[in-house]
Amino acid sequence: MAEKFYVATSPHIKKNISVTKVMWLVIAALLPAYIHTVFLFGMKTVWVSLAAVGGALVSEALMQLLFKKKITLYDGSAFLTGLLVAFNVPPTIALWKVALGSAFAIIVAKQLFGGLGYNIFNPALAGRAFLMASYPADMTSGWSAPANGFLSLNPAASQAATDPAVVKFLDSVTSATPLNALKTARAALNDPGLEDQARHVIGELFSGESVINAFLGKVGGCLGETTALFLLIGGLFLLVAKLADWRVPAGYLGTVALLTWAFGGIDGLFTGEPLFHLFTGGLMLGAFFMATDMVTSPITAKGRWIFAVGCGVLTFTIRMWGGYPEGVSYSILLMNIFVPLIDRYTVPVSFGEVKS
Amino acid sequence: MLTFKGGIHPPEGKALSEHKPLKRLSLPDKVIIPLSQHIGAPAKAVVQVGDEVLTGQKIAEAAGTISANIHSSVTGKVIGIGEFPHPVAGRGTAVVIERSGEDRFFEYPTYTVETCGREDFLKIVAEMGIVGLGGATFPTHVKLSPPSWKKVDTVILNGAECEPYLTCDDRLMQEESRKIALGLLLMVKNTGAETGIVGIEHNKPEAYEKMKEACSPYKELKVALVKTKYPQGAEKQLIDSLTRRKVPAGGLPLDVGIIVQNVGTAFAVYEAVYEGKPLIERAVTVSGEGMKDTANFIARIGDTYERLIDEAGGMKEEAGCLISGGPMMGFAQVTARQLPVIKGTSGILLFTRKQLPGYEESPCISCGACVSVCPMKLLPTQLVTLVKNKRFEEAGDMNINSCIECGSCAYVCPSRIPLVQYVRLGKGALRKISARERAKKEEAK
Repeated sequence: MAEKFYVATSPHIKKNISVTKVMWLVIAALLPAYIHTVFLFGMKTVWVSLAAVGGALVSEALMQLLFKKKITLYDGSAFLTGLLVAFNVPPTIALWKVALGSAFAIIVAKQLFGGLGYNIFNPALAGRAFLMASYPADMTSGWSAPANGFLSLNPAASQAATDPAVVKFLDSVTSATPLNALKTARAALNDPGLEDQARHVIGELFSGESVINAFLGKVGGCLGETTALFLLIGGLFLLVAKLADWRVPAGYLGTVALLTWAFGGIDGLFTGEPLFHLFTGGLMLGAFFMATDMVTSPITAKGRWIFAVGCGVLTFTIRMWGGYPEGVSYSILLMNIFVPLIDRYTVPVSFGEVKS
Repeated sequence: MLTFKGGIHPPEGKALSEHKPLKRLSLPDKVIIPLSQHIGAPAKAVVQVGDEVLTGQKIAEAAGTISANIHSSVTGKVIGIGEFPHPVAGRGTAVVIERSGEDRFFEYPTYTVETCGREDFLKIVAEMGIVGLGGATFPTHVKLSPPSWKKVDTVILNGAECEPYLTCDDRLMQEESRKIALGLLLMVKNTGAETGIVGIEHNKPEAYEKMKEACSPYKELKVALVKTKYPQGAEKQLIDSLTRRKVPAGGLPLDVGIIVQNVGTAFAVYEAVYEGKPLIERAVTVSGEGMKDTANFIARIGDTYERLIDEAGGMKEEAGCLISGGPMMGFAQVTARQLPVIKGTSGILLFTRKQLPGYEESPCISCGACVSVCPMKLLPTQLVTLVKNKRFEEAGDMNINSCIECGSCAYVCPSRIPLVQYVRLGKGALRKISARERAKKEEAK
């Protein structure tokens, strides 16, 4: 008989889960979308992702060495941040810029705040914001349309877009993202000479064919903007595996759908096309993989609803009236700021506590 | 299905021992009977070294209101009173009795549910040293005699047995359903309650059928299935599941007109009243992956963990951890040697070293898993942060004292934070703070 047993505090059994496992499972959930982008953009995707992940891993290791902390590259958190940075840049960007974006994400947004668990902002989105501010041209134009570019697959839109009058405002036709096209067309609505053309373009963008193309990824954009279907598959895996709270994507997507349906049309209330908004831009990536980031979202159920709806309202606002065609990343970053406040004001009434 | 909000579904581990009928263990040659086997003041020994005692004879007397009598579990001679290992307290005073032969029982009067009046009943329960056998070991006579201004309408019998691996209540309900039903009936009649409900988790269908059959002759008694979920057997959660009543924070089940007792306690009450038998033995599950074989025993109080383990088949080479009670709320033991079975010993579990989680803590990633499983609807991760930063009073404002220490939060935590330990630390610090404040007020007077 063993003389002495190992003694620890209760409970003496634990669920087979760890931070490392959580991180690598989220990475696995991104794989379908990743493979799809490789299929769409070719080896460019591979180089961009290597630069992003490499930049993140090197930065993490350097900072942990500098702060004399344990090196924890194996936990997958820096790897995940790097991969998400890659999903947030267009495939044409210079590799060193991607690596720099990852370095900013890890060094400034994560490690300077105290490392894993202590950061306020989603590191990958902070990296994207940094790149948007530093290299706006690389981040928003020069899109490489996938092999089957959005406009070319949609003959009517393509024709409308090559019309010289339209080209005047659609300044980057061949490589425009659908949201870019929408923003430009909406701006042109106020120009009496262009109104008909603009209405026509918007009509085409909101058409069933265009929505399906967006859903299947036959559109231009950042790596993670072009694969709605595959992000949805990965996202559903996260929900089933309980690695993300369903309330966040449900609240976020639901809010955007409702608002764009109600107010996103050009012929009055409830003439918008919510599906177009759901499947374009970074919304799928944002709703399933960024807004659900555990560290930077609330811990209470009610708080998560508030956070998700807030993200949705901001995204809608930026898409409709903001200076950028897309608003997912800034919406989430803005809502990140409110997380401590939201947690503070959504403390649940504990069991048997009398509401005062 | 009836249930509460929150909670977890750990692997049940009951398949290891649920098919093993209760087996009465042979009499031990020597018993080590601690004087503290209940919540409250330790009992006071009334025997001396050299005294001859009969089985069932009182050897220690309740000291104060919240305390309980203790009886000899064998016939023999007191050979020592001293310090011995204790499964909950670490160490404690115990009376050691060497068995001289077969049982000669100390005689007590017997009653039936018809002949046993309220006063007799409470006297018997107190005299026979009955305490809550679910593990909390609160003196049963105290629980059964509420102050006159508290009206009790329901007695709930806890047959949830939500702790993984434990199967002794399940076996007891299957094999002694009639006696348990009568025990419940005694408690219902003598507390002025109208109803008795037995709550059983739905992973014990045989126990449910047997209890239903046994309760059917009595219109006061009901049996209900509750969802298999941990901690279904926690008092407040079981009350919520069965009646939707919420025991107020800091309050007792009595505040909502309810008394909760374990099925083992009801069985002990039956034996005390009908057979004049004090609490000298109990059902114990011996199980776990570290055991060569498993068993459900009826063991005498004061028999040792060492002997129960051997009698069940012995432990494997790779056994590395000994738990008294269930894996979620039980106590890890350093050794099984001379470690006595006490009234609260529901299980003796052996786990392999490989099975153990280890608590190499990594930073909280705010995943909120602890929040969604907390059956008391607290924010465990925030309580831990407050305790770590010594902000105890704020932790108090966040209802740290409502925590029932069920361990659901620590079970699901991906960062392996020992949340329960931090909460206990916080509660302890708060107790000290309020004691200090009370002392200050006294001084000011």
